[in-house]
Formats: sequence, C-alpha cells, structure tokens
Amino acid sequence: MYRYDEFDRDFVAERVEQFRGQVGRRLSGELSEEEFRPLRLLNGLYLQLHAYMLRVVIPYGMLSSRQLRMLAQVARRYDRGYGHFTTRQNIQFNWPKLEEVPDLLADLATVEMHAIQGSGNSIRNVTADQFAGVAADEVEDPRVYAEIVRQWSTLHPEFTFLPRKFKIALTGAGHDRAAVRVHDIGLAMVEDAAGEAGFEVIVGGGLGRTPMIGKTIREFLAKRDLLSYLEAILRIYNQFGRRDNKYKARIKILVHELGAEKFTELVEAEWREIKDGTLELPAEEIERIEAYFADPPYETFEADDAGYLAMLAIDGAFRRWATSNLFPHKRPGYAIVNLSLKPLDGVPGDATAAQMEAAADLADRYGFGEIRITHEQNLVLPYVAQRDLHDLWRALDEIGFATPNIGQVTDIISCPGLDFCSLASARSIPVAQRIGRRFRDLDRQFDIGELHINISGCINACGHHHVGHIGLLGVDRKGEEYYQITLGGSADENASLGEIVGPAVSYDAVVDAIEAVIAAYLEHREPDEPFIETYRRLGAEPFKESVYGKESVHDAA
Amino acid sequence: MSLQVVTANRLRDGIVVYLAADGGWRQRVADAALALDQGEAERLMALASAAVEARLVVDPYLIEVVEDGGLVRPSRYREVIRATGPSVETQADLPSAAE
Amino acid sequence: MTLLKGGEIVADEWAAVGDDDPVPAGPAIVSLQRWQGEREELLRRNHPVGVRLASDEASGAPGAPGVIEEISADLDRLGVVVLEFASFTDGRAYSQARLLRERYGFEGEVRAVGNVLRDQYQFMLRCGFDAFEVVDPGKLDGWREAASEIGAWYQPAADRRQSIPALRHAARGRA
Ligand code: SF4
Repeated sequence: MYRYDEFDRDFVAERVEQFRGQVGRRLSGELSEEEFRPLRLLNGLYLQLHAYMLRVVIPYGMLSSRQLRMLAQVARRYDRGYGHFTTRQNIQFNWPKLEEVPDLLADLATVEMHAIQGSGNSIRNVTADQFAGVAADEVEDPRVYAEIVRQWSTLHPEFTFLPRKFKIALTGAGHDRAAVRVHDIGLAMVEDAAGEAGFEVIVGGGLGRTPMIGKTIREFLAKRDLLSYLEAILRIYNQFGRRDNKYKARIKILVHELGAEKFTELVEAEWREIKDGTLELPAEEIERIEAYFADPPYETFEADDAGYLAMLAIDGAFRRWATSNLFPHKRPGYAIVNLSLKPLDGVPGDATAAQMEAAADLADRYGFGEIRITHEQNLVLPYVAQRDLHDLWRALDEIGFATPNIGQVTDIISCPGLDFCSLASARSIPVAQRIGRRFRDLDRQFDIGELHINISGCINACGHHHVGHIGLLGVDRKGEEYYQITLGGSADENASLGEIVGPAVSYDAVVDAIEAVIAAYLEHREPDEPFIETYRRLGAEPFKESVYGKESVHDAA
Repeated sequence: MSLQVVTANRLRDGIVVYLAADGGWRQRVADAALALDQGEAERLMALASAAVEARLVVDPYLIEVVEDGGLVRPSRYREVIRATGPSVETQADLPSAAE
Repeated sequence: MTLLKGGEIVADEWAAVGDDDPVPAGPAIVSLQRWQGEREELLRRNHPVGVRLASDEASGAPGAPGVIEEISADLDRLGVVVLEFASFTDGRAYSQARLLRERYGFEGEVRAVGNVLRDQYQFMLRCGFDAFEVVDPGKLDGWREAASEIGAWYQPAADRRQSIPALRHAARGRA
C-alpha cells in the first residue's frame, strides 16, 4: 500500500499544527463559531447531536493493521471505545473533545492518517472499489490513480471553498462496486481500441435531495491527462456552480441546468488550455505510485486447497459463511474475505476497539496485514489463502465478525440517523436492528438471497437509500418518525434510482412493510432470480399491492 | 404558552447542556431553568448569548418541554434523544463485543 | 482598512473611486462598469488605472466569455485587478486569480478584498494574490505565521513554487 515519504509526513504534521492553532484560537475567543465552523469541517470535525464528531478519512478504504490498531487506540483514549465505519469508507468517532482533537490528530499522523477534507465544501476523501487489486475482473488497479487524485486534491488552493462538497470515486473493474455513477465525478477504467487503459469520465451523479445518475462526458481519457482534466472540471464548477442556494449547489445541478453537452464543451475548452501544462502525469510518476500497490508475496497454488474443499463438504456452518462472505480472488488458492459488521442487534458499521485490534491481528496472521473498508460498511481481508479460511472463520466468529450475511437482507446499510446526527428527521439504526431481528433466521435470509436494504435518516441520503434494492428514507410527520419506501434502486454498473411506491409508513409499521415487499418477491420470483431482477421484470405493482393492499400496514400519513 | 428551556453544546467538549436558574450549564434537562412566558424565554436566551461570548457554549436555542409526573422532558423526539443519549445500544454494550 | 503586501503593512497609493465620484489625479481603481464606459478617458489621464471586479462579474455566465477574458487584452494597461471574496467561503476568486496570472500572464497587483482572513491567506498567495485588504491590522504576526504554515504543497499553482511532485523528482535526480 501507499507509504508516506518525507514530503507527505511533513505536510500532515504541519497540517496538524495548523489545526491545533485554529482550535487554540477558537478556545481563546479569537475565532467565533461562525468563523471556526468551516475550518473545523475542513478537518472532518462536526458538532453533532450529542457531541463533536470526528471523521477520519481512509483513502480509498485501505488500511494497514498498524493503522487499524491506532484507530482502536484512538477509540479508547479519546472516545468511548468504538468507531463507526461509514458508507464512504471512512471512520467516525462520536465523542471526541474539541480540546483533545489536535492530540488525537497527532497520534493519527504517526500512522500516516488524518482527517483533512473529511467534510466542508471541498474535494472529499476519494473512494475506490474495495476489491481493487484482487478482483478477477479488473482492467487495472484503480488505487494507483486514487492515490494520485488524493494527493492532487489535498488542500488544493483553488478548490477548497467550492459551492458544495465534491466526491470522486474510481473503479477498475467491469462490475462497479464503487458506485461511480452516483458521484460528482466517477472514473471507470476502460481500454481503448489499442488496448491502452484510461478512464471513462462520468460527471454529475449524486444522491441527496435531487438524485441523479451521472453523465459520461468523455468516453476515454488517457492516464497522463487525468489531473488536468479533473482540474478543468473543477474550475468550471468552482466558477459557475450555484452559490445562491445550497440545495442547488452540487455539480449535478450545473450539469443538469447547462445540459451535459454544453457542460462538456466548457470542460473541454478549459482543458485544451491546460492539458499540456504542469499537471501532465509522466509515466515515470505513474510507475512510482504503482510500485506501492504491487502484489503481496503470494504463495503459488495450482488449484483450490484440498483441505478447504473438505471442510466445505463436512461443515455446514462454514459452508454457509463461505458461500455468502467470500468473493473470488484473481489468484488460485486465495479468497477475498468479508468481515460482517452487521451482527444481529448490532449497529451497522460499528466496531469496538477490541474488535479492531483482533481484526488487525487476524490481518497480520492471515492476510499480509491489510484491511479494506467497504461502502456497505463491512471490512475485508483481501488476500487469504484458502488453507487458512477455516481457522480464520472460527477466529472471526469469536469476535462477532462472522455473521454469514454479506449482500443479504440483514447486511443493511444505515446512516447514524437521529440517534447521532443533528440533521436527521428519523432514526435509522433501530430500524435496521428491527429488520435484522425479523429476518434473523439464516435459512430464510439465504433463501431470499441477494437483497440490499439501505436506510437514510433524512434527505441527505448518507445511507444511499435511492440505490438500495429496498430504500428507506426517514421523514418527520408532525414530530413522528415515518419512512418512505423506494424500490428498485441499484448502485452498480446498471445504476438506477429507486421509485417511491406509496405513502410513508410509521416506525411501527415499517418492518411489516419490508416483509410484505419480500413476500411479494418470493411469490413472483422465477428460479434463481434475485430481487432486483424480479423487480425490473414486473415493476412496482405487485410490491405495492403487497404493502398497501394489506390493512395492517396501510397508513395514509 | 408552553414551557421552554435553553439548550446548547459545551464548547470545550461538545456535551449537551441546559441553562440552569443560577446561570450555570448542567447536563440534565431536569436542572434547567423553565421559561413560562416569552419574556422569560428572551431573558434566558440573553444569558445564553452572554455564555456564547464567554466561550462556554455553542449554538444555544430554546426547546419545548412538558411536565410529566413531576419530571420535565423535551416534547420533541429529537430533543429526547439529545437529552438521554442514543436510543440504541452501541456495539460497545453488546455481549459479542469481547471487551 | 489596512493593506498587506509581502507580509508588511503598506500605504495604499491607490484611490478607490466610486462610480459617481470624479477621478482624482494619481493611481485610481474603478469599477468594471466605469472601466468599460470610460476606458479611453481613463487611459488618457496618464496615471495608473486599476479595475475592481465583483465575484459575479469576474466569472460571468457559463459559456459567455468571462470578464477576465474580456479585459485580458487590456491587462498590460492595468496596474491592479481587485477581486472580491464576498464571503471567505465563496472560492470563485481563487480561480479568477489563477486565470489572470497563469492564463493571461498578468504581472500587476492582484488584490483580495472583502472577507479576507488569515486562515485562507496561504490559498490566496498560492493562487496569485499579492495584496490583501485586511480589516484588523493588529495581528500582523498571525498573518506572517499563516504564510508559512504549510511548507510544500501537492499542486502546481500561480505562485510557481515547486510542488511536492516536482520536489520529489528533483530529490530523485540528486540521489
Ligand atoms: S442521511 Fe441525514 S440523518 Fe443520515 S447521516 Fe446523513 S445527514 Fe444524518
């Protein structure tokens, strides 16, 4: 993985001291809250419902075991012993004290981590496919370019006070696990006719109040032009993005109002001016970064491990876990292992300090000391030999990370909602927990198969409800919590936005409503047909009937 | 006119606090000074603004409360959660946490 | 109002002239509107002229040639271009300053006015601003400190400082 050199180290150390000064000036009264707020947000620090909240960024969701141990230590020393992994591959601490945040950041800097651009109207932490470098269907490893974009976007002098926040995601695989079509900029690695790898550039996707699927503004961008092209897009946005209304300030609105064609013209014209300048990426620089992401020292296996196959045959519980929580690895004899942070009754995405430390130890023992964070709020050990899977599984079970539910109905994406978030309209976490309890039976989950439920506590859509197969959006109806249901969303290469199927349902009725949706699916599905396919084949009608036809869940609120 | 109290977050650590009758800031809503009318509410908010100036608290505002069996509690659900903490057990509270 | 240049408080030799005021002798800064309306007269004075652009004017409408582009032909006749931060969170002037410096090669003064604060000072310096109208003159030390809080940056920008990629390249060349 990427390691800091002296320049990165100095930069982050200086940034910590700069923020220490800003906190000092706030505490001494030199800065008002109004002046301090944008400065603390630029460093990932919010004032939430109960306390300050610090979002530590995890570039493209990649951590070393050493870094994960430090996150555990931070959780213990500065927080209440746990952290929350987010849908943007970051981690949030819910209870840090303002006066201690500079020390916390100094501790993080010792393991090459920071909170820069964790929030604010800046270019946020760049995200990428969680299986980058190990997926079988990859054109090229997107982490190389994610790292290049990370550096370029860090405290960019021109683009740190944009009209609104700005999110960039990359994927290098045919199957899109990074949701590039619902980002401000999505970069999908593709090959041109000559077999040269480059980027399809997608702009103006996003969720929130006005969800939109991004538009492709360039079919193929050469690697050397990556940064100059991004700079051109951002310069157009910085100058012309709306600043009169924060709900219309994202780039998707600019693209929409100008039209993709006009927007593309502006970007291309700007780009022609700067493309041969100082931002051109020399091949030498790309190679230098590539070296950081070289394969770990794999063992060579000819085929599947015989011991592993034997355990699969005799141990049913292991087989179930292997079926749902393992993904195919590009190397024979290896697997990609998902650690579920969605245990029964748990908080989706939460991990305690002890769990983080245990996971770090397991990564060292079985997985070359590396961990990934997924936007589904789970952890991944990307390179585990099949030989070790049974032992790893037992160890994961002991720390509560072996729930065999990846991609299934209880693997719910949930934002913090009203339990933590000051912007929330309704709670998210307890809804996820209640759905989890209703579908706790593993056979039933397994029978239902792949199904993504995403929950957001308000229209800001941090829980990505628009792109859940089933989405729930919390709304406030005269002080009562209600949930709007959307169906048919998807965040992958066939991205689609869910459709609202009817009136919002109450907190008490929402689990029954989900069950009714699933009952309709089970009734109408064809053999081996996943939920999203059945929905696309039949449309919303049978699901609507199932939910609203029944008096018990009907609610005209 | 409903009952109101002033709440804010403490500047140094962010913790939720309520303005008490003696001008101090307390963590329990039960200790908050009750405003029965608009004039009293304005007086409390003036005290709160002074506390902002004095760098004690951030973003003070009035909330409605109700008296319920001799106890005061916020009427809006959001404020109940602010007063009592997250409504869910966090991972740290679970037996599976292996602490 | 205090003018900060090169880390020092300096006397402002430029007169800010309102749209209805007579233009005095000596260096004068006028609005864009006045510049466009009275260009010939202003140039005939044989005193330096500067133009003040509001954020909206400077960027213009998308696709229409921006004002910066429009006045680019006149840049060698202008001593100062004043760009506005209506609020410190409105970052348009950063792009405008870079365009002036990097695209149109403007070598006169680029002055920041409005909500100009020390926590954005380094960003402004990097984007090509070299003069700052500051409300509170009492904290000069703070501004000097702010100018060097970060030693090296990842991006090339208008200040032509070596970016971290360039510094790395140079370090490898030495090794
Ligand atoms: S979706 Fe709303 S409630 Fe949930 S974290 Fe985002 S802002 Fe908060």
